[in-house]
Amino acid sequence: MSGQSLFPVLEPLLPQVRKPVQYVGGEKNSQVKPWETANVRWCLMYPDAYEVGLPNQGLQILYEVLNAQEDVLAERTYSVWPDLEALMREHHVPQFTVDAHRAVGQFDLLGVSFATELGYTNLLTALDLAGIPLHAADRTPADPVVVAGGHAAFNPEPVADFVDAVVLGDGEEAVLRITDVTRAWKAEGAPGGRSELLVRLARTGAAYVPSLYDVVYHPDGRIRRVTPNRDDVPARPSKHTVSNLDEWPYPKQPLVPLAETVHERMSVEIFRGCTRGCRFCQAGMITRPVRERSLPTIGKMIETGLAATGFNEVGLLSLSSADHTEIAEIAHGLADRYEGSDTSLSLPSTRVDAFNVELAKDLSRNGRRSGLTFAPEGGSERLRAVINKMVTEEDLVRTVSAAYVNGWRQVKLYFMCGLPTETDEDVLAIARLAREVIRTGRQVSGRRDIRCTVSIGGFVPKPHTPFQWVGQTSAEVTDHRLRLLRDALKADKECGRAVGFRYHDGRPGTIEGLLARGDRRVGRVIERVWREGGRFDGWSEYFSYDRWAAACATELPAAGVDLDWYTTREREEREVLPWDHLDAGLDRDWLWADWQEALSGTELDDCRWSPCYDCGVCPEMGLETQIGPSGRSLLPLSPTGTVPAPVGPAAPVGVPAPSAV
Amino acid sequence: MPARPEGPPPPPVVRRLRLRFAKRGRLRFLSHRDVARTFERALRRAGVPMAYSAGFNPHPRISWVGAAATGAASEAEYVELALAEEGDPAGLGRDLDAALPAGLDIVESVLAGPGSLPERIDGSAWRIRLPGLAPEAVLAGVEALLSCEVFEVDRLTKNGKRRIDVRSAIIRMSVSGDESGTSAASRAVGSAQNDTCAILDLVVRHTTPAVRPDDVMTALAAVADLVPPVPPEPTRLEQGRLREDGSLADPLAPDRDGAGLPGSHVKVS
Repeated sequence: MSGQSLFPVLEPLLPQVRKPVQYVGGEKNSQVKPWETANVRWCLMYPDAYEVGLPNQGLQILYEVLNAQEDVLAERTYSVWPDLEALMREHHVPQFTVDAHRAVGQFDLLGVSFATELGYTNLLTALDLAGIPLHAADRTPADPVVVAGGHAAFNPEPVADFVDAVVLGDGEEAVLRITDVTRAWKAEGAPGGRSELLVRLARTGAAYVPSLYDVVYHPDGRIRRVTPNRDDVPARPSKHTVSNLDEWPYPKQPLVPLAETVHERMSVEIFRGCTRGCRFCQAGMITRPVRERSLPTIGKMIETGLAATGFNEVGLLSLSSADHTEIAEIAHGLADRYEGSDTSLSLPSTRVDAFNVELAKDLSRNGRRSGLTFAPEGGSERLRAVINKMVTEEDLVRTVSAAYVNGWRQVKLYFMCGLPTETDEDVLAIARLAREVIRTGRQVSGRRDIRCTVSIGGFVPKPHTPFQWVGQTSAEVTDHRLRLLRDALKADKECGRAVGFRYHDGRPGTIEGLLARGDRRVGRVIERVWREGGRFDGWSEYFSYDRWAAACATELPAAGVDLDWYTTREREEREVLPWDHLDAGLDRDWLWADWQEALSGTELDDCRWSPCYDCGVCPEMGLETQIGPSGRSLLPLSPTGTVPAPVGPAAPVGVPAPSAV
Repeated sequence: MPARPEGPPPPPVVRRLRLRFAKRGRLRFLSHRDVARTFERALRRAGVPMAYSAGFNPHPRISWVGAAATGAASEAEYVELALAEEGDPAGLGRDLDAALPAGLDIVESVLAGPGSLPERIDGSAWRIRLPGLAPEAVLAGVEALLSCEVFEVDRLTKNGKRRIDVRSAIIRMSVSGDESGTSAASRAVGSAQNDTCAILDLVVRHTTPAVRPDDVMTALAAVADLVPPVPPEPTRLEQGRLREDGSLADPLAPDRDGAGLPGSHVKVS
């Protein structure tokens, strides 16, 4: 019988696995709807462990948007850890949802959100456990239509064999369009089977269907062209963009996990998109234009969200939260509203200017004081001009000093290694910068106990960015430069002990690079890695570089390419890139011109405050940047609000550790 | 940065509320930390006027009394809440019950009288369902275990192995058959031997560390080779002060019977 709960067969397995609570569902604000009365049934998956996937905003938004439809049912599934996977295989328990423990294979649609490429092997595990054929071509009308979304889906070619359809961009309206097409097709008696449904999804622009596009290669391995194999589907499927975020105030009822997860807070997205123009940043390119949520909507979402969840921390999310036109009013209004309660407010701070410190001070009237994070990204001014992160050394030192003067003892600085044109000296400049920060900080604050942490990650070139053509820095070079930096920090007798150093080795970044800029031939590598046990590649204790390298060596030579070809090779301007047929709104010529400007160290201003530089998005989407000011202010809540009565001391101020969105 | 928080000290505790709650169904897989987090959020949603600790990071003042292990269900868990305002225990208990997810259920809510709650608890009654094991086989194991004076088992903890004397903690132990048939779980697994299900009832004294149902199963496996084909389903039925006859005195009875105010208790569910 369809829609039956698998919990009775799952339950005896749970005492035998780690953290069984992650598999039982039952979260506050989760929903279970009757199976029979739903016309369209979605299973939504985040292909990582529950503790990472549950807080994901994208999935929570779609879960609510879909369940708000009367005849639609949406449930969630997450990756099961290998201990449970082994037991499920032994006892023939299929991949299940956590809401009603229904079999994933019985849903109409399986939507998978890829925040990172390293989740691809976990998709294969879930498909296999669900009894869904790994290859889209082998699926029957009884199998769900597998739909990929999320930022990584802007180049879905490496998983093109495994997914049926792909949504580019914002999901809110897209899932409803897919639902409408599916509902109508089912109501007609599913004419033409799943292939007809896929054609309809492609034709209506609801989704990109990889199987309807053929890839032709040059003899040397490069792509000659990617073209539709029928004439009624768009040559360049384009991304979805929600035009008014105030009309989509989701999540309204955020899920409250029973298990411990990575983010235990009420998150509100205060705007979407970013036009700072950092050239390495895929998110900033593919989510344009900037669309702000208005101050009253933000205030309302926080008020209802806290009442619905009981969380005592609020995170103001976006790609660069301090850039909201009315951020000062938001911060001040919220700080006033929640002063004296045990609700704390946080801003993932990455912008390097003194204004950010002022904001953090305002937001930290309640709550704990821990770190502040700034992201200069590049160590030298020259390199920061290349990546268009317009921060001078003076700015940085002044900003961090302001933080120390205002009582912060600990500041985190985030950098990348392996950026285009980078030399050893650029990376060593980080050590000098850290030293300057500590020396000035000691001077202005009069304290010896201040610290800063240098956190550095490897740069991975991403599609739809000005750096999409660059040769990725090899893991060997990255690791060499990280060692130089570590040694330089250690050697600093005066300040070295005040500087913490956190880094990751370069090899996982190489595989991320392969998957980010790969084409359909990389699918065979993913499948081989998975068959040889690859799981949870985003987790260092599971990731195996050797397994990936071996799979590349086995699967790629037939096509005349290899791992380096996909990663360290620089592409020419006119080379057809695997994602060129997918429209993120960006003008390819502008991306190339911006890449050339990067090489000459020319900076580009934010188009919110300076003239349009023709990236292409606004005319393409028929949209424009939506920013304030609204001129409205946040009213205090009436005393009947559900925020707890004032308690405890009012003074402990601080900002909970900010984290990147 | 001041070394101490500024502002007035937290409001004093004006009342203490003692709750008995149950951990049921799939929520038996909650760890104690999960239960604590879920309670804190439910208290906020329900608007219970909690008293908070002083310091930079004030916490609602909640005193837990023991905790059933992850995977063990319970009908008798206890917690004490410090309130900053007067409150009606019945209403607060009902509000909190409504705010908690189904499966964490408030059973009883009373105003605390004099005396400490933890001092009223030194034993537990457990019922362990053993799908797939015949009562006769379990009985033989129980008799073998009871015939020992001391019986130690190793429990794997984060800090390595720990030796625990299971036998000395056992006050009473009995076996019966399950009249209601086999559990859904064992039916689903569906082997012939699962048609039977033994029920093991036991009363243990709270030792340090406390003997848990899985320790008892480890002992039965060692003494009588008794290995259940599917995981046992333990439920704590009662906690309280051990009487001479091996029964348990209800730890909320003193609050309910006199010390609290008239009408200060309520059975919530």
